[in-house]
Amino acid sequence: MKIIDTFRYASDAATGNPLRTSLLILAMSIGVAAVVILTALGDGARRYVVGEFSAIGTNLVIVLPGRSETRGFNPANLITNTPRDLTLNDASALLRLVGVERISPILVATTEVNASGKLREAMLLGTNADYILVRKQKLALGRFLTKGDLGHGAAEVVLGAAIRREIFGTENPLGKTVRVGDRRLRVIGVLSEGGQGMGMTTDELLIVPVATAQAMLNTNTLFRILVEARSREQIGEVKARVLKMLTQRHEGEEDVTVITQDAVLKTFDKILNVLTLGVAGIAAISLAVAGILVMNVMLVSVTQRTAEIGLLKALGATSASVRHLFMVEAVLLSLTGAVVGIALGYLGAAILRNFYPTFPAYPPLWAVLAGLGTALVSGLIFGVMPARRAAQLDPIQALSKR
Amino acid sequence: MADAESLIALNGIERTFYLGDSQVHALRNVNLTISRGEYIAVMGPSGSGKSTLLNLIGLLDRPDAGTYQLEGRDVTTLAPDEQAKVRSERIGFIFQSFHLVPRLTAAANIELPLTLAGMPAAERTKRVEQALKEYGLMDRAQHRPNELSGGQRQRVAIARATVQRPAVLLADEPTGNLDRVTGEEVVRLLEALNAQGMTLIVVTHDHALGARARRQIRMEDGGILSDVTRAPDQAT
Repeated sequence: MKIIDTFRYASDAATGNPLRTSLLILAMSIGVAAVVILTALGDGARRYVVGEFSAIGTNLVIVLPGRSETRGFNPANLITNTPRDLTLNDASALLRLVGVERISPILVATTEVNASGKLREAMLLGTNADYILVRKQKLALGRFLTKGDLGHGAAEVVLGAAIRREIFGTENPLGKTVRVGDRRLRVIGVLSEGGQGMGMTTDELLIVPVATAQAMLNTNTLFRILVEARSREQIGEVKARVLKMLTQRHEGEEDVTVITQDAVLKTFDKILNVLTLGVAGIAAISLAVAGILVMNVMLVSVTQRTAEIGLLKALGATSASVRHLFMVEAVLLSLTGAVVGIALGYLGAAILRNFYPTFPAYPPLWAVLAGLGTALVSGLIFGVMPARRAAQLDPIQALSKR
Repeated sequence: MADAESLIALNGIERTFYLGDSQVHALRNVNLTISRGEYIAVMGPSGSGKSTLLNLIGLLDRPDAGTYQLEGRDVTTLAPDEQAKVRSERIGFIFQSFHLVPRLTAAANIELPLTLAGMPAAERTKRVEQALKEYGLMDRAQHRPNELSGGQRQRVAIARATVQRPAVLLADEPTGNLDRVTGEEVVRLLEALNAQGMTLIVVTHDHALGARARRQIRMEDGGILSDVTRAPDQAT
C-alpha cells in the first residue's frame, strides 16, 4: 500500500467519525496548549526580570553599604561590625581605579515637589552627570546635571516625564523653578517617557546633584554606587578592585557588598529557567493523559471496526498495512491536536500580552517543538498497541460479525 | 498429483477448532480438485464445515494438516504477507452482508483492493471506471453504501471482488440478505462472470441456488458427503 494512500485512508477513517475525532483533538490540543501557555508564562517571567536588570545599564558593578551576612548571627558582630557608610569620597576614589569607565553615586528618598500651586509626592534621586550614561537613559528636553565636583551641588533638577506633565502640563518647564522639600530648584531638563529599571519607572523621579540631595536630607551617606567597567571582560577585575579599595578605605573591614549585574542576571536566568521547565513538566502530564486517551479511543475504534479490518485482510491487506493504517490514524489525530493546541497556546499568550503589555509572554520555541514532539511520540507510542491488536485480528472472526 | 488444468487441489485437509474443552472437527480429510472455470455450489447444514472450507480456499484460514495447491503452487506454507498477496491478486470474496466500508463511496469501495495492492492512482481510476461501467453503477459511483439498495450494494461488492481479475471468486451466501428478485439478479451476474471463465464457488443453504451450479458438493460433519457434476448437456 502506498504511503499517500495509507494517509488518505487513515484521515478518511478519522473524519468518518467527527465526534470522536474532535473530542480527541480537543483533549490533545488542551495538553499542548497548556504546555505552550505555561512555558510562555515562565519564560515571560524570565525575560521580564532579565529585561528589568538589563535596563539598569551594562557592565555594571553595584556597591551596597553593609555586608550581606550569609553566615548567620555571630556574637563578634555585636562589637565590631558597625558598617561604615558609603560616602562621596568613596565614590571619587573608585573613579580612579583601573578599568573603571564611570561611576555614579546614588541617594534615594521620597519627597514632595511643589510648583504653580500643585503639590505632588515624588522620588528624589541624587546623583551625578554620568548617571544618564551609566543608566542609558534619554532626555526629552533640556540637558542633564552639570558635570563637576561631586561635593558641589547646584540648585538644579531634572524631572521625570509624569511629574512634568502633571505639574506643567504642556507648558515648557525649562528654566522654571520648583520647590522640592525646602529648596527652590531650577528645572534644567526632562527625562523621556517610559524609562524602566529595578521595577520602578523613571517617570516619577526628580533627579538632583548628589550634594544637593545630601544637603536636603542632611546626610553624607550614599544609597548605592554604580560602577561601570570599561568592558564586559573587566567586570570581574573591577569588582575585585572595588572591594579591595573600599576595604582599605574602611580601615581593613569588608563592610560593603559588591554585586555584578551579570551575576544577578545569571542567577535569575537560571532560577526562572528551572521554573519554566518545572511548569512545562506539569503541563506535560496533561499531554501524557491525552496520549492515553488516544490509545483508549483507538482501541475502541479497533473493536468497532473489526469487520472493516477483516475485510481489508480478505481484500489482500498485509498485517503491516493494517498496522500502519491505525498507527497513522493515531499520529494524525495527535498531530492535528498538537497543531490546534499550539494555535490555542499562541492565542492564549497573545491574550495575556494584550492584558499585560509589559509582560513578554512569548512561548519559547523549544517548548513549542517539545509540545509537538511529545504529542507525536505519544501518538506513536499509544498508537502501537491498538494498531497491533488490529493487525492480529483473525479475519474470519472479524468478518463473521454482522 | 494435481494436473496442470486444476486450479485448486486440496489434499488431506484437516481443520480442528477448540471451543473450551471440546474439539470441533470442522474439516476431516478433505480431498478436492477444482478446475479452472468451474461453477461449484457447496451446500450443507450449519456447522458442516462449508464456511471453513471457503475460508481455507480463500487463505483466510490455515489447515492443521494437508496441502493446498493453488495454480500448482503450494500456498499452505506461504508466509502471511505472501498469502495476503495471493488473496489480493488471485481471490475475490463476496459476503452475505456485503461488508462495504460505510464511510467510503461506491467507487472508493471498489478501489480499495487496488489501493491495498499499491497500484498507482491513475491506473486505479481507470480500472474503477471500467468496473463501474461493467456493473451499471456509473450513476451510483459517488454514493455511500447507506444510499444504495441491497442489490446495488452487492453489485458494488462483486465489482470490488473482481476488479483485480482474480482466478477464483468465493461467495458466502451471496443472496442471503437480498429479496428473491435482486437475489436472482446477483446470481445471474455471478453466472455471467463464470461464463467468462472465472471460477465460481458459492456456499449456500439455498437449494434452488445450489441447484443452478454444474457441480454440487454436499458437506456434513466436516467431510464431503457427495460431489456431483452434471453432464454439460443437462445444463439448459
